[in-house]
Amino acid sequence: MDFKDYKGVWVFIEQKDDQVASVSLELLGAGRKLADKRGVELAGILIGENVKHLTKTVFEYGADTVYLYDQPIFKHYRTESYMKGVLDCSDKHKPEIILFGATSTGKDLASAVATDLPTGLTADTTELDVEEDTGLLLASRPAFGGNIMATILCKKYRPQMATVRSKVMKALEPEPGRAGKIVEETISLKEDDIRTKVLEIVKETVRKVRIDEADIIVAGGKGLGSYEGFQLIHHLAETIGGAVGASRDVVEAGWIDHAHQVGQTGVTVTPKIYFAIGISGAIQHIVGMKNSGLIIAINKDKEAPIFQNCHYGIVGDAFEIVPILIEMFENALSKEKVDIASKG
Amino acid sequence: MLHIVACIKQVPDTKIIKMNPKTNTMDRRTAPAILNPYDAHAVEEAVRLKERYGGTVSVVTMGPPPAVTAIKKCIEIGADEGYLITDRRFAGADTLATSYAVTKAIEKISKEKPVDLIICGKMSIDGDTGQVGPGIARRLDIPPLTSVNKVVELNPDEKYAIVHRKLEDGYEVVRSTLPCLFSVEKTINEVPYSPLPNMLRAARYQPHIWSVDDLEDVDIKQLGLKGSPTIVSKVWAPPKPAGGTFLEGSPREQAEQLLSVVLEKKELFQGKGGM
Repeated sequence: MDFKDYKGVWVFIEQKDDQVASVSLELLGAGRKLADKRGVELAGILIGENVKHLTKTVFEYGADTVYLYDQPIFKHYRTESYMKGVLDCSDKHKPEIILFGATSTGKDLASAVATDLPTGLTADTTELDVEEDTGLLLASRPAFGGNIMATILCKKYRPQMATVRSKVMKALEPEPGRAGKIVEETISLKEDDIRTKVLEIVKETVRKVRIDEADIIVAGGKGLGSYEGFQLIHHLAETIGGAVGASRDVVEAGWIDHAHQVGQTGVTVTPKIYFAIGISGAIQHIVGMKNSGLIIAINKDKEAPIFQNCHYGIVGDAFEIVPILIEMFENALSKEKVDIASKG
Repeated sequence: MLHIVACIKQVPDTKIIKMNPKTNTMDRRTAPAILNPYDAHAVEEAVRLKERYGGTVSVVTMGPPPAVTAIKKCIEIGADEGYLITDRRFAGADTLATSYAVTKAIEKISKEKPVDLIICGKMSIDGDTGQVGPGIARRLDIPPLTSVNKVVELNPDEKYAIVHRKLEDGYEVVRSTLPCLFSVEKTINEVPYSPLPNMLRAARYQPHIWSVDDLEDVDIKQLGLKGSPTIVSKVWAPPKPAGGTFLEGSPREQAEQLLSVVLEKKELFQGKGGM
């Protein structure tokens, strides 16, 4: 394997319902930095049916090239067909790095592709860098339950691959009208060659809680004492337009559904603001929220570990402080709206 | 007769693991080794399918000799046979080398009794990758089906399976040829307390234990650390949040200070905000 043959940084462009997934846009932002540092192209690999128009978005968010596989066989995501697309493209155009979103589709696809290539694959990366001269990808992720970070390298194989957590990298400001090169590819794959068929897609009508996509999360713990006490969390969240999170204890006590649980056995979240109210801060919780932009903790116990893992802490009674906060936010936010309205 | 293989792993229980406050790392000696919780659901699903359609459930794992305990746990859940592959030459394997070794074990198991279905848990709680299951499927050249949260139908005679795969906003119904591999969600079932006869059987049960030399057509270069394309170059404690600044004063003063900190990010509060 001659590493000199492998050039360029690629992002797998995940698409659904005629839209590019936000994680793919974030990865174009991260990939742009890697590509610029190396002085190579940034490309998107876009697979689907009737998706050519999405290339516009991919260029606007930073790609120089899009490799496009637009065929009826790619109507639904299926591991085998999409994998063959990525493998075909990688064989022909030889990238040095391929990044995938760490979504269920991205992880499924990357695992299959890496096995067939074969190459190394780092899962759930939260930091990316590249060595300028060697092109070695430095993919870092929380390891061993998230108490330490580890940097993973793949020295002897190309391309290097990683899946990257959503909401960790930053998308670039889109540049309207920014254009690039579309390389249209096809593979000769018949429906009979694919051993799985998607028979039906069922959308759940009940709106699912997606706390991993929230910019603001107000999370409550056992310190709130009861189901009734926990309603304070809902109230604050509503006031500031945040989502409600919870510690494991609270979910196990049945005060709120598991979809709200933050932590190792729940959801990993990276909101811009995270309120931890009445949460002591067990490791299992901390690993799920510590990459949040601004962490605010309110707890009675000054020694609670949550205070080691926050930016600002208030030692005190949530039932005293939170109602005051709600009142202040209500005032402040209504004033903001007036300000904006008068400017507009 | 239907033959299902569940792939399992013994892991340290990260829930009750203690931290070494000096190094900010987990002190693994404090953590008991348990059956990876996701894999318990994989074994439970295999057992339920066996109850529905008849057949046999085997479990396979790679690990050090104490991993026998995890296999016994699977026997308690209702598995029939357990296979441990253990050898120093497996040590230090990343996901690629792990899927290679486990595939070699499954190939040997299927020589004795052909395998119709492989079930894995979604991921392990210590590695957290979810990459080994699809890797095994690719190596055996069978379809991988991840995020499975319901098995609608299994037809070993006509060789197909119909499952629900969880999506972000619902699920999809997928039909696959058999054999294939499922990675199952935790929500697929609940693992009940084991019935007493199973527990008695597990206590006496001795799994099959194989070394590298017991497996066939093994390329030693693809095993363990040597066969792993990824290496850990450095490990460091994540930067702690800068602050831990306590806001002092009366509750009202504390709330005021907090408000001014939070409102620096006021763009978040304007309509939908952010991206």
